[in-house]
Amino acid sequence: MSEFLQHLINMLVLGGTYALLGIGLTLIFGIMNVVNFTHGVLYTFGAYIMFIVVQQLGLNFFLALPVAVVAGWLLGAVIELTLLRPLRGSDIDTTMLVMIGAWIAMQSATLWIWGGVAKSVATPFPEAPLVLGPVSVSWLRLFVLAAAALLIVVTYLLINRTKLGCAMRATFQDQDTASLMGVNVDLIYTSTFAIGSSLAAAAGALLGPVYVIFPQMGDLAAVKAFAIVILGGLGNITGAVIGGFILALAEELGAGYISSGYRDAMGFLIIIAVLIFKPTGLFARSERVG
Amino acid sequence: MFRRLPISRGGEVGTARRSTEQLESYMIRTSWIVPAIALATALLGGGAEAQTIKIGVNEPLTGAFAASGTYVVNGAKIAADEINAKGGILGKKIELVIEDNKSNPTEAAAVAEKLITSDKVPVLIGAWGSSLTLAVMPKLIEYETPMVVETSSSSKITTTGNPFIFRISPPSSVEAAAFKGIVDKLALKKVDFLVINNDWGRGTADDFAKMMKEKGIGIGLVETMDQGAQDMSAQLSKIKGSDSETVIVTTAVDQLTLIFKQAAALGLKKRIITTGGSQNPDQIIAQAGAAANGTMHLTTFLPWFPEKTPNPEATNYFVSEWKKRGFDFAGCTESFRGYDGIRTAAAAIEKAGKAEPAAIKAALWDIKVKGLNGDIVFRKSGPEGKESGQSQPNVYLIEISDGKVDMKTL
Repeated sequence: MSEFLQHLINMLVLGGTYALLGIGLTLIFGIMNVVNFTHGVLYTFGAYIMFIVVQQLGLNFFLALPVAVVAGWLLGAVIELTLLRPLRGSDIDTTMLVMIGAWIAMQSATLWIWGGVAKSVATPFPEAPLVLGPVSVSWLRLFVLAAAALLIVVTYLLINRTKLGCAMRATFQDQDTASLMGVNVDLIYTSTFAIGSSLAAAAGALLGPVYVIFPQMGDLAAVKAFAIVILGGLGNITGAVIGGFILALAEELGAGYISSGYRDAMGFLIIIAVLIFKPTGLFARSERVG
Repeated sequence: MFRRLPISRGGEVGTARRSTEQLESYMIRTSWIVPAIALATALLGGGAEAQTIKIGVNEPLTGAFAASGTYVVNGAKIAADEINAKGGILGKKIELVIEDNKSNPTEAAAVAEKLITSDKVPVLIGAWGSSLTLAVMPKLIEYETPMVVETSSSSKITTTGNPFIFRISPPSSVEAAAFKGIVDKLALKKVDFLVINNDWGRGTADDFAKMMKEKGIGIGLVETMDQGAQDMSAQLSKIKGSDSETVIVTTAVDQLTLIFKQAAALGLKKRIITTGGSQNPDQIIAQAGAAANGTMHLTTFLPWFPEKTPNPEATNYFVSEWKKRGFDFAGCTESFRGYDGIRTAAAAIEKAGKAEPAAIKAALWDIKVKGLNGDIVFRKSGPEGKESGQSQPNVYLIEISDGKVDMKTL
């Protein structure tokens, strides 16, 4: 029983960051119809920003987080303005190829700048874990969960309660009509990509200190983000959050009770099942079609 | 970063040749091209008639094993510089042709092919991981080129009948045999395994479980993790709930650091013993902090206690040279393999009297090198008629306590 509780705690912590990764990607796909292959690199980028600010500049850990979010936002805006805006209207394959190119180029850049050896970031949290009866969890991971939850709520409010969010949702439903209603679609696209990118960077900045930081760390994260998005339904934010937790649960219980060798395969087994039985995702909204 | 120049030279030569041909057709019309051709020809000549003996180095410089592979390469460079400072071998300088196998078996095989066919190296060292080395092995047979294996520990490498393999690192069965002497002292009753999910990890779990069963020690869980996995909480939670008192962990330093941190976060109180010799204990102490205290490690080199190594003078020289170059002391336990690997290859070339694969392969059987971890002498291993060479290095057990490394007697 205590082992099961420990798996559940692990799942909560892992799921929070998976959700964060999924939201950023689903937002960009839903609104812009762009398959963002740079998502994993933006995750890596956020982690390296943490490394620069905390380890190289010696600044405060909590200051580094917003810096990483802003840096991710800026990099996302630059990618949108330089690569995606000129390609507006071209077919999805062309955009996809360009994004794959950007992914490889950016990953090589991180390798070139920081080298292949993993870096770690010191945190202000105590090493001794918080022990709650039979289960224990590290303070750092609790903080990561809290920060991820906060970011998810902020994103939700931004999209559902603000004028920008309203414009984003309008663009998502019908770009031409939104444009006729006076929505600046160009601005919405740039904002969406920047917000999605900043969420990826935030996830990297939060998880970098938990694990170690290296140039390819984003690859597995990106694959999982795609899995979550497919699970939750393309463009569905609530779906991405729930999808994140489902993936984390599948991995934890799969590794705990079936076989740890197939831990990363568990999530993909679920996706295959979802694609067979409910190809639009578990939580797809009907209005997306058409 | 790594010195990339010699790596790409082979490729550039070809490019230069092609562009030279293109340039020649324009030569009559455009006179400014002439100096460019002269330059290209000079570069071409420099590459083709190099007065060096090449040794191919096939290591993971990116990916999951980047830290370890980079240390091995830096150790290899110290050996090459030391040999070259003394005049090289056979009157020529050694040139290391270093390639990155990206911690990926497919890449490791491709890199070996490139080194042999394009760079024309007569001998290789590599490829760090067991799965990487196993992927390279068919290429060695195909091109009849010997390789000094410096790190890999899967028993399969020297038992499948590949006569081009000469291993200086201990196979996991040798580690298990060395460990056998201490299991009574440690009063092991039941152990779990947490191993990397590849030939190295699974091979170690097999060899250690076999030895322990003979000793009457119970075997509990055998958990695996992907080589790139960063979160082992699920496996560790499962191990936390088992009735074993000891966990044998096999993987490289980056994953070990994560495991110690995550085990501490889960409140896992079992004794942890690691194998494989790629622990870089000082890096673990620096990155995992208090979480590393009480952990034990089977290692193949003692840079902390040069006087206890089989070759104290050479160890002192190597460690001081390593520090002089500004490398992290933590890397010594890994880099010495690159150092010994190059010295082994160089000794064989010297003995062979020529830099040709067949002659070097024959000479490898006759050399005796004073390695940092004992004499390197190859004995036959594997099926008769196509034996691989296996040297018998020492294995030590160390313990981290209060952030320091202590030696335990085996």
